[in-house]
Amino acid sequence: MNRSTTNDNSKKKQSIRIWAVICWLLIWEGASRILDQEILLVSPVFVAKRLCILTGDQDFFQRIAYSMSQIILGFLLATFLGIILAIGSKLNRYIEEFLQPLFAVMKAIPVASFIILCLVFLSSKKLSTFIVFLMVLPIMYTNMLQGMKSLDHERMEMATVFEVPWFRKIRYIHIPAIWPFFYAACKVGIGFSFKSGIAAEVIGIPDGTIGERLYESKIYLDTPDLFAWTIVIVIISIVFEKIFLLLLRWLYRKITKRI
Amino acid sequence: MYIEVKNLCKQYNGLMVLKDYSYRFSSGMIHCIMGESGKGKTTLFRILLGLTDADEGELIGVKNKKIRAVFQEDRLLEENTIIDNLLFVLPTKRGALKRRLAEISEACEAVGLGSLENKPVKELSGGMKRRVAILRALLSEYDILLMDEPLKGLDQKNKQLVASYIQKRLLEEKQEKIVIMVTHDQEDVELVKGNVCYL
Repeated sequence: MNRSTTNDNSKKKQSIRIWAVICWLLIWEGASRILDQEILLVSPVFVAKRLCILTGDQDFFQRIAYSMSQIILGFLLATFLGIILAIGSKLNRYIEEFLQPLFAVMKAIPVASFIILCLVFLSSKKLSTFIVFLMVLPIMYTNMLQGMKSLDHERMEMATVFEVPWFRKIRYIHIPAIWPFFYAACKVGIGFSFKSGIAAEVIGIPDGTIGERLYESKIYLDTPDLFAWTIVIVIISIVFEKIFLLLLRWLYRKITKRI
Repeated sequence: MYIEVKNLCKQYNGLMVLKDYSYRFSSGMIHCIMGESGKGKTTLFRILLGLTDADEGELIGVKNKKIRAVFQEDRLLEENTIIDNLLFVLPTKRGALKRRLAEISEACEAVGLGSLENKPVKELSGGMKRRVAILRALLSEYDILLMDEPLKGLDQKNKQLVASYIQKRLLEEKQEKIVIMVTHDQEDVELVKGNVCYL
């Protein structure tokens, strides 16, 4: 009982409070009125109006759908390969040693350098998928490997002695051990995917993407558009994260439910 | 049926923990391996389980035998319920689940865990977890049962409850099983009416 109350309290502390959001919007509105320069800082009311206008355009949803699909594809590919490589590294020390320098370099290289480098040999259309893939892969690989290394060997020994079938070992020993690491990697990875994916679009400027509109806003000093599209990116990133993590938690409960 | 160990030796980093140990464990009784700490009781336990190789010596009669164990640590699936922990190791065919659950329920009742079957193990006390670990081994199919200090951490009442349940199970198994218990407590030996062999 006490434990659940503590959890509820910590959830309340972590979640964003509406009053705080309203305060920040008021600060924003106040600052824009003081500056009185739309190019520098546009009013949130004006951004909201711009957003309403944008949503009436069919092109708006097409851009969102295209950018999202490219980013999600990159994220899923990185997740898949990250898991495969982590399994390989867990099974063979040489694979881990071989991959270590590669991932160390990948983690250190700035995303802008990667984007410019990849533009040389990739079409701008596929750039965001590849950049997201490169950015998420080290996160996924490192977390998954850490999770696999944290496996409880005593439980594995017990399962071996009792001749428990391998699929039951995976369901009830491996997956619960890896789960917190995988979940954390997905949470971090999704946020990172949208940041790096949109950055790739802004530099590569492929047609029909959110990044293209952000770039145009910059060129034409269209600050309301810039803010409106930024809000759109934040919203789709949060919505996708919530839905994806909800699905993951549902899947985890399904897999590890009663024997 | 019997198993025999002949001149078993094991050392770790130059320290001899098991030296020239020989014994014949026959079925129909509980063999209680006793000895002071560091005498190699757990090492012998692990060698018999096949988890550690002996440096020298022979192990006769364990091949193709089903060996199950109560480890010194409980080694339970903490997030899962008592039933889940027991079903995890028990081969249950389709259609046999009802019978299996009835068996589990009866066993839980016998060791004082009745009505707790659906509780997650992480919410149980240390003594309750110990009894789940013991049930897990006793309910499984085995030829040889190894128990490393199974009654450790149990109060007097529960020790008696568990000891009499172990004996009841062995009687039901028609004395065909080999049961080896590692302990350093003379009282535990008396409770299970075991046959002592010193290390």
